[in-house]
Amino acid sequence: MSKHLLSTTAAAVLLSASAALACDAPIKVGVLHSLSGTMAISETTLKDTMEMLVEQQNAAGGVLGCELEAVVVDPASDWPLFAEKARELLTVHDVDVIFGNWTSVSRKSVLPVIEELNGLLFYPVQYEGEESSKNVFYTGAAPNQQAIPATDYFLEELEVEKFALLGTDYVYPRTTNNILESYLKEKGIAADDIFVNYTPFGHSDWSKIVADVVALGADGKKVGVISTINGDANVGFYKELAAAGISADDIPVVAFSVGEEELAGLDPSNLVGHLAAWNYFQSAESDANEAWVESWKARMGEERVTNDPMEAHYIGFNMWVNAATAAGTTDVDAVRTAMYGQEFPNLTGGTAVMLPNHHLAKPVLIGEIQEDGQFDIISQTTEVPGDAWTDFLPESAVLKSDWKDLGCGMYNTSTSSCVQIKSNY
Amino acid sequence: MVRFFCLWLLALCGLLPLQPIQAQSVDAPIQQLLQTHGEIIAKSSRKSIGPAIDALAGSGLPEAQVVLQRWQDKEMWVGKDTGLFVFGDKDGKELLATDVADGSTLGPFVAKDFKQLKPNSGIRGMIAAALVQFQLSNPDPIVRLTALSAIERDAEASHLTALRASIDGEPNADILARKTRLERLLTIQFAEDDVERIAAIKGFDGDLGVDVRAALNPLATTQIVASDTPLTGSDIRGIIAPGSDGFSETDAYALLVADDKAKPIIDPEDQKQILVANINGGSVAGFPVSTLDTQIARDEAYAALAAAGRADPVATQAETATILAGFTFYERYIGAPPNVALAAVAVLSNIENKVAVNQAVDLGLDALSLASIYFLAAIGLAITFGVMGVINMAHGEFIMMGAYTGYVVQLFVPDYTLSIILAIPLAFAVTFAAGVAMERLVIRWLYHRPLETLLATFGVSIALQQIAKNIFGTQARPLTAPGWLDGSLIINDIVQISYIRIAIFILALLFLALFLIVMNRTRLGLEVRAVTQNPRMAASMGINPDKINMLTFGFGSGIAGIAGVAIGLYAKVTSEMGADYIVQSFMTVVVGGVGNIWGTLLGATMVGSLQKGIEWLNPSNTLAAQTYMILFIILFIQFRPRGIIALKGRAAEA
Amino acid sequence: MPKDATSSFGEKYLGGSGGLAPQSVGAKGVETTFIAKHPSVLIFLACLAVFTIGVTILAEGFGIGVISTSFVKTLGKTLCLCLVALAMDLVWGYCGILSLGHMAFFGIGGYAIGMWLMYARTELIVLSSLANAPLPPTPDEITNGIATQIFGVVGASEFPPIWAFAHSLSLQLAAVVIVPGLLALVFGWLAFRSRVTGVYLSILTQAMTLALALYLFQNDSGLRGNNGLSGLQNLPGLDDVPQSAVSLWFFWASALALGAGYLVCTWVVSGKFGSVIRAIRDDEARVRFLGYSVETYKLFIFTLTAILAAIAGALYYPQAGIINPAEIAPIASIYLAVWVAIGGRGRLYGAVIGAAFVSLLSTWFTGGQAPDINIAGVTIQWVDWWTVLLGLSFVFVTLFAPKGIGGLFDLIPRRKGETS
Repeated sequence: MSKHLLSTTAAAVLLSASAALACDAPIKVGVLHSLSGTMAISETTLKDTMEMLVEQQNAAGGVLGCELEAVVVDPASDWPLFAEKARELLTVHDVDVIFGNWTSVSRKSVLPVIEELNGLLFYPVQYEGEESSKNVFYTGAAPNQQAIPATDYFLEELEVEKFALLGTDYVYPRTTNNILESYLKEKGIAADDIFVNYTPFGHSDWSKIVADVVALGADGKKVGVISTINGDANVGFYKELAAAGISADDIPVVAFSVGEEELAGLDPSNLVGHLAAWNYFQSAESDANEAWVESWKARMGEERVTNDPMEAHYIGFNMWVNAATAAGTTDVDAVRTAMYGQEFPNLTGGTAVMLPNHHLAKPVLIGEIQEDGQFDIISQTTEVPGDAWTDFLPESAVLKSDWKDLGCGMYNTSTSSCVQIKSNY
Repeated sequence: MVRFFCLWLLALCGLLPLQPIQAQSVDAPIQQLLQTHGEIIAKSSRKSIGPAIDALAGSGLPEAQVVLQRWQDKEMWVGKDTGLFVFGDKDGKELLATDVADGSTLGPFVAKDFKQLKPNSGIRGMIAAALVQFQLSNPDPIVRLTALSAIERDAEASHLTALRASIDGEPNADILARKTRLERLLTIQFAEDDVERIAAIKGFDGDLGVDVRAALNPLATTQIVASDTPLTGSDIRGIIAPGSDGFSETDAYALLVADDKAKPIIDPEDQKQILVANINGGSVAGFPVSTLDTQIARDEAYAALAAAGRADPVATQAETATILAGFTFYERYIGAPPNVALAAVAVLSNIENKVAVNQAVDLGLDALSLASIYFLAAIGLAITFGVMGVINMAHGEFIMMGAYTGYVVQLFVPDYTLSIILAIPLAFAVTFAAGVAMERLVIRWLYHRPLETLLATFGVSIALQQIAKNIFGTQARPLTAPGWLDGSLIINDIVQISYIRIAIFILALLFLALFLIVMNRTRLGLEVRAVTQNPRMAASMGINPDKINMLTFGFGSGIAGIAGVAIGLYAKVTSEMGADYIVQSFMTVVVGGVGNIWGTLLGATMVGSLQKGIEWLNPSNTLAAQTYMILFIILFIQFRPRGIIALKGRAAEA
Repeated sequence: MPKDATSSFGEKYLGGSGGLAPQSVGAKGVETTFIAKHPSVLIFLACLAVFTIGVTILAEGFGIGVISTSFVKTLGKTLCLCLVALAMDLVWGYCGILSLGHMAFFGIGGYAIGMWLMYARTELIVLSSLANAPLPPTPDEITNGIATQIFGVVGASEFPPIWAFAHSLSLQLAAVVIVPGLLALVFGWLAFRSRVTGVYLSILTQAMTLALALYLFQNDSGLRGNNGLSGLQNLPGLDDVPQSAVSLWFFWASALALGAGYLVCTWVVSGKFGSVIRAIRDDEARVRFLGYSVETYKLFIFTLTAILAAIAGALYYPQAGIINPAEIAPIASIYLAVWVAIGGRGRLYGAVIGAAFVSLLSTWFTGGQAPDINIAGVTIQWVDWWTVLLGLSFVFVTLFAPKGIGGLFDLIPRRKGETS
């Protein structure tokens, strides 16, 4: 660590002496995404994204006059291996920053290592919140940037009165549904009007659940489905939905885990009009997005699509580059301080801002599925600041994360004390 | 000339509109009307859009209907600078615009200068409801049906009159029936006259439609009220005791507090806040802070504070009970006048009974469907494991290979019907070949080492899975059913089953028949049975056991391939789909009894019904259903190790 | 039990090496000490000791720092895997029960210790944060605080009953042994009593594993569902000790456990008891007709190995840092069988070699360190093809080398015999 610090201070001194500095070693960027195992398909895309971003940055002159080098490791969708690989990246490869992880459990696995070794992780996927680590920047959506606005859309625009919360049985749907239940009750929806169901990963037999959802309409209230169903279980779910002839006008479904990539696994013609909520859709209309989609397709092939976590990495990476440039070093603590308030244009228009709670302020988009597997954006909010601790659960409402001024990720505002410096894992 | 050409080129490139926007009839009344509501239309929120739609629908302008329709179809655009509305058809980067007033072509514009209006489905529903008045008597039956759907989704009181007016002239019998039914439903909801409503309600006695229950249930809504004097009256449904179904004592007490009939209870967190606020020189109301580390001590301190008037009095546990005892809780109808509500309740209770029966039937159908899927997945195994005694852990991967064959065929043959017809024999051929190859290369060396067959075939299984991943990726691949398998067989609003599941069910029956015919009626079957019972004797009778084993294994694998196509059609195609079925399939065979196809059938039925049964008991957790199903099977095998249909005698020990 | 019968069974089956120990006794014909009777034990323990000392010297914690902390953890975990492979060899290679459930016991061990680690760590955090509060905390507040911290991430805030003993290290340590032991005892008693044998038993144990994994996957089971228990590498109250030291502590403990486990297993498979269980493997019916209570022997072995597996798990997961239900998935148990088969069944050192060899090789190949092979412009990535290779090599071992890697050791003395 001290060696590292020495070299960076030395670099800073040299920098001030002469702007044109030749680097003795490239700056290393760790990429911690599964390239094999169940998560490979989602995460491989992000690995390719990172390699593309690093290449683009190098073409633009690198960072601090140094070339960037992507160090790619494969944690193989094996959660303990994530911790091992993170340790390897930080101690063996001496990377300055890590971009990685997809599932919450992999993040929880990595957290203790990152905090112990004072690393820096950019996490690009929408997640359940209820966490704040000094060493992690969450560039994906917190529940209030995806779930809550989508629920508001259901309540206000579609006038849904009865909710079916369907999810795969793991932490993200569990926590999100918990938050939503409490939010809906606050909005005056009776407990009887909320139906919750959890299914295993890769579930395929959906007939009974779909029938249950249809039966919810029997008391004359408009039913809406909020789906946190993960991965390929969606294929069977949407097929059953289509077979039961449920149109989006009767029972709309809004999904938080279905994006452009997932729709490739089924024929979307029967799903037209169902919804998804994200911070980014490929169909977003902006010049930056057009260029981004173009360079992605040029690199990966015409049939490839872009999605929300890719945009999160795009923003996260560029913010890191700018923060490192502003700090004049890639030292973790200096970069972290420089990160607060960093601004970078979103691909969907508007500007993302890094908040002191390590979350981004980003707009929330709601899209309707179209015949071609793309989304038609029908609603776009202004930038919503990400909230680490939800306001809709009593235990979390009193908590606040502010690493900039309070230096604490779990600050209890009612007792005015920091519950813990390290994150909970 | 050159200058003109440049201008023309510029115009072509879309930098300059060919026709200036002034050509649009800005003064047309419909455009004026749209402009009046321009802001809320552009905002496009269901909460605020109402006046705009009402104004358009009620304007009496002849263009209003077209404008509403095209707006609903997301075909209306608004100029970013001009704020004028046009109809637009986007073609690449160009927008082919027409005038909202008369439909005249305005010319191609740069699409970026316009913003598309994207009404969300809530607004589209409102527009549809507004359009109903124009559509109910439209000569085109499809338009009339659209209007009826719109009413079904978003009924308004005004629809009732319009609907009644349109019934007389309805030429189409089907649509007439639907209109009449809808009229009755709207009568229940919106009619002024109670007698009329009650008559309509009684007309639906025993009707299973979700729409009927949706109309009746709101009428039967009740509210719980607390009273310390007896309540009577026709709107009182009855007494509800605190602590009974869904109405806990906490709820009851909260109701009293909300009505200001009782002191509130305080939760520990609030209590703590108040205590902290009253810390005075290291003690609270005379209690030293350090002693306040139990709830009892805190309660005492709070009581002391309350007694001193420094905090609001709260009820203790004992008090709440006595207060509760002083009140009676009544359910009161609030959804409709009492006589209407009672009529609705009476009809509903009849309907509910029928619904329960039908739900049981539907559950039975689901169970049957799941059973047929398990049976289909297991039947190949019933041959390789049941007849030959070979543990084939790669069975699931044969299912997967079949499904991927279907996917590949669909890549080349775009017609879904033809591709499925091609895929089934191809899947059989592919997995038959794979099965034969595996039997020749691996299994035949291990006939006397069953445990090692398990491990060797497991090796094949993980290799095949990874190869599939390398070729097709881990993302699910689409395998789409032909159009005629879309949708469901609808018996009524409760009992329905998708055609694809019916097809799987029939396929399972076909396989059962095929198995029985091959095993009992063909030479191959005879030889298979002979080799299974006594290979040496069979060999001495001129049967080649090697060949028979090979063919049997290929046959079992081939059937797994076809099962793969079927399973891929209803669920997903991934490299791991086989692994989802392998344990279940083995259990199906073992539970049923090895070596007997009827046993496998029974096993599949038992496993399927059991799972659906547990799902019904605990609808919010499907995972638990799977867990308990497996636990049950484990216990079942402990007590009936040879399965439901056990082979007797020597064969059992083989 | 006549010895010649055992050895003849052993010869009949390629997997057996059963006659080895009794034969050596028979050859010398004198009573000697346990170690002398089993020279392989001494060799094994010596190798293990040298390895342990070597790693300690080379590691970062107290040595010269050639081996990184993450690799020390990998080695420590490998030792635990060797221990569970040893258990698997005992139950499958010696007793003929192909259990596909031993990784479930391994996981239960991990969960049992993980509960205490999480509870104790969180308790310290909660106590220190509540110490600043204006009012001294009530016992309820402390428990609720801990529960919120542990279960907040999975959307709950109350302790499920299963955590009743999590506050006590000694009770949870007891649970490491008792829970899997009891489960194995009950399951084994039911299964063996019903004469469920062979592949049926394998399928049944696999079903048990699947049921357990599915149960743990449910959030309602109270063990944090898919998230499992995490942050286990941080020992409560020892925040200041660097991981480089903690990793070595666990490495030593794992080595000690493996050594002890090896001794126990050797002791079990030697002597008359060992002969009986090998005979059960070779022909269960004959042993039963000779008047032995086959079920009791099998039950003892099944339970003992379950406990060994659980101890291995309890040492493994604090090094891995996280345990979740995916670790218990049926495939893990099949891999365990694969290791033992590749290493060589029916010989204890074979299991150890197999587990170490295959798991380290897997780590190397899937870790992306192995160079990609470029054949005629087509790049073969090990990440993609390693599993295929592993699967096929397993078919190969089963078909052509049933003795596994351990079989190589048989070749050495024979060659000596030829030359002399």
